Amino acid sequence: MITIGLLHSTIRGDEKLIIEAAKKRDVKIKLIDVREEIFNRKTYRCDFDVALERCVSTVKGKHATYFYESLNIPVINNSSVTTICEDKFVTSLMLQKANVPTPDFAMVFNADQAQQAIKQIGGFPTVIKPPLGSWGRLLAKVNDIDALETILEHKDVLGSPHQKSFYIQKYIKKPGRDIRSFVIDGVTICAIYRDSPHWITNTARGGVATNCPVTKELSKISKKASDAVGGGILSMDVFETEEGLQINEINHTTEFKNSEKPTGVSISGAIIDYCIKTAKNL
Amino acid sequence: MLKTNCPTCDAQVTLPKNTEESEIISCSECHTRLVVTSLKRNNPTLEEAPKVEEDWGE
Repeated sequence: MITIGLLHSTIRGDEKLIIEAAKKRDVKIKLIDVREEIFNRKTYRCDFDVALERCVSTVKGKHATYFYESLNIPVINNSSVTTICEDKFVTSLMLQKANVPTPDFAMVFNADQAQQAIKQIGGFPTVIKPPLGSWGRLLAKVNDIDALETILEHKDVLGSPHQKSFYIQKYIKKPGRDIRSFVIDGVTICAIYRDSPHWITNTARGGVATNCPVTKELSKISKKASDAVGGGILSMDVFETEEGLQINEINHTTEFKNSEKPTGVSISGAIIDYCIKTAKNL
Repeated sequence: MLKTNCPTCDAQVTLPKNTEESEIISCSECHTRLVVTSLKRNNPTLEEAPKVEEDWGE
């Protein structure tokens, strides 16, 4: 029987669904709380076939991924995908390099360059994001130069080193919603609309999930974006613009517990099936 | 179902079936977010859940 090592820190509703999905299949789950492990290659004994990385902590998840890969255990998602997707700037670079439609963006390290970059990408309003981060935390819609100076000064004085790299993205006016597509092995298995009157539409921030039909256009751009970052189990945040769909961000340890019900698709089941497929191809 | 007490308000907390170690639950009385630190010997232990950290997310 195939054993999947489920790498986790806190267990969220998403991991519970994955555990339940595994019980319905001929597969064993070994729960591995990475916070309890000693990642020493000389002493570590591995008793699972494939690892599924589901840590809520990006840093711990990435280190665990590198460790198991060093033992030749395949990790989903692999370290290359993780390294790209954990950083919004790197993700945007990969998307743009692969000609995947994505909002204009730039990275700068001080206020003077920030002003010039904002002019280059279309002026105010603009969006400043920490390159590393999630759940809509510390996103700033910056409407004018006064707000820009204030935000950058605060980041400079109060922030960690990551907060002192300013990822600037063109502000996209959305129709009160965006799309999240769930993409496994390049195939879009389902999608949701995230409706919110707020410009930040994350469901973690109150965005409401409803089913979004998977159109040819959505499948195509999602596949292209998946290929651009290395594939695996991903979710894409997609903007609807006058020029067509654009990929905003890509998540490599996607949360989906609020999406199975509206879509009617067992995302957790598809995740387990992909792990089984990976293990069988070893 | 296993029962224990909330470390914050001491109210009785009933753990749902299939609860896992490291799972986050809420106290129904004081609404504190709690983490299940152990389920060993049918003697569950809870602690206040860690605060969201900068690198948490998806």
